[in-house]
Amino acid sequence: MPLSYRILMTGIAAASSAGPAAAQTMQLDVAIPRLTVAEYHRPYVAIWLEQQGGPARTLQIWYDHDMPKNEGTKWLRDVRQWWRASGRALKLPADGVSGATRAPGRHSVSFVNGRGPLGRLAPGQYVLVVEAAREVGGRELLRLPFAWPPKPGVAATARGQSELGAATLTFKR
Amino acid sequence: MHKQFRLGLIAAAAAIATLPATLSAHRLWMLPSITVVSSDDAWVTFDAAASNDLFHPDHQPLRAPPAAFAPDGSAAKIENWATGRYRSTFDLHLTQPGTWKVAMVNQGVMGSYTLNGEQKRLPRGTALAELAGAVPAGATEVKLTEVDSRNEVFVTSGAPTQTVLTPTGKGLELVAASHPNDLVASEAATFGFLVDGKPAPAGLDVQVIPGGKRYRDDEGTIALKTDAQGQVRIEWPGPGMYWLNVSSEGRSTAIPDAARRMGYTATIEVLPG
Repeated sequence: MPLSYRILMTGIAAASSAGPAAAQTMQLDVAIPRLTVAEYHRPYVAIWLEQQGGPARTLQIWYDHDMPKNEGTKWLRDVRQWWRASGRALKLPADGVSGATRAPGRHSVSFVNGRGPLGRLAPGQYVLVVEAAREVGGRELLRLPFAWPPKPGVAATARGQSELGAATLTFKR
Repeated sequence: MHKQFRLGLIAAAAAIATLPATLSAHRLWMLPSITVVSSDDAWVTFDAAASNDLFHPDHQPLRAPPAAFAPDGSAAKIENWATGRYRSTFDLHLTQPGTWKVAMVNQGVMGSYTLNGEQKRLPRGTALAELAGAVPAGATEVKLTEVDSRNEVFVTSGAPTQTVLTPTGKGLELVAASHPNDLVASEAATFGFLVDGKPAPAGLDVQVIPGGKRYRDDEGTIALKTDAQGQVRIEWPGPGMYWLNVSSEGRSTAIPDAARRMGYTATIEVLPG
């Protein structure tokens, strides 16, 4: 066990120093606030990427993705800025993008350059957008601008007032 | 009773086609419950009526179902048609993705003549082709107006498409430089108009009136005129449902010595954002 551990560590060290660089990762930490309301439903949440002059790309959509006859899609239009920017052009459910709604609390999602919905990002200015819409509730949208590739130690933060709490975007390799 | 209704509707249709933007009159409208939907099995329900205030039914219901078109251009079914005292209702089942259209099209001839000292009206819905038989021999004081009016609503499931926006080349029609189901309050919209397939002349009156009149004092009309390209640019005062109307009067080219009234009306939803 200790031996294999050491080998693994060595492998990683070798990869990051001599071999191809480890993929750039971005991590979003976002809070869904706990609300004291008579009727609470978990919000639909969309996370997408905007680039000036380029098409928006959806990274995550949390909704009632597993209802019979795809009925959960009915309310996706209420995540309306996302719907207009990207959602309406998608075929849902989509692998690696669709997911279940999430409970109040802090949630962390990571996206790796060159993999999954992020794809390989060209250098440039981007905005990561998080939008939440809740049945019999409100809607809120947060924008987290960043430059790609990110400079070491850079982070973007935003804080919602109603349907979203603190959101932080960090980068690592 | 029936006759009264019919006259009421004729009056409403005529009003739509002819009245200048400054006059208030019974306006013919169709109001969708929603225009942008995300389900692949969505229903949209509509109210349809003629009333003064938009969109409060208080005068006459729409009397006959409109036509509907699916995103591929094929005829679609109006479901659950029902008529109440002040409004009719119907549903549209969006069974394919794309932009759907509901349209009331009124093309024909209205008019009156005198026969044996008695004034008569042309039967409602007289088509241009039926005109020869509609005015009896010996009629005098023949007054004819060629009417061409269109009242449309668009609703979109998924991404907006263009097929149902293809003009027919007849009457006053919309050129949607901005897609009618892609409108948000923060972005101005540009709409153009065609007359018989050619860009509308400059200076046509276009009025854009927000719904919800009962809850404000002003009519809130945005009064615009078409520019040299036959277009208007609309800055939205806020999100909501809007009634857009443009009208044009001139001489008929199809009927000698007849006037021509054209109108285009649409109900347009502008979303927040």
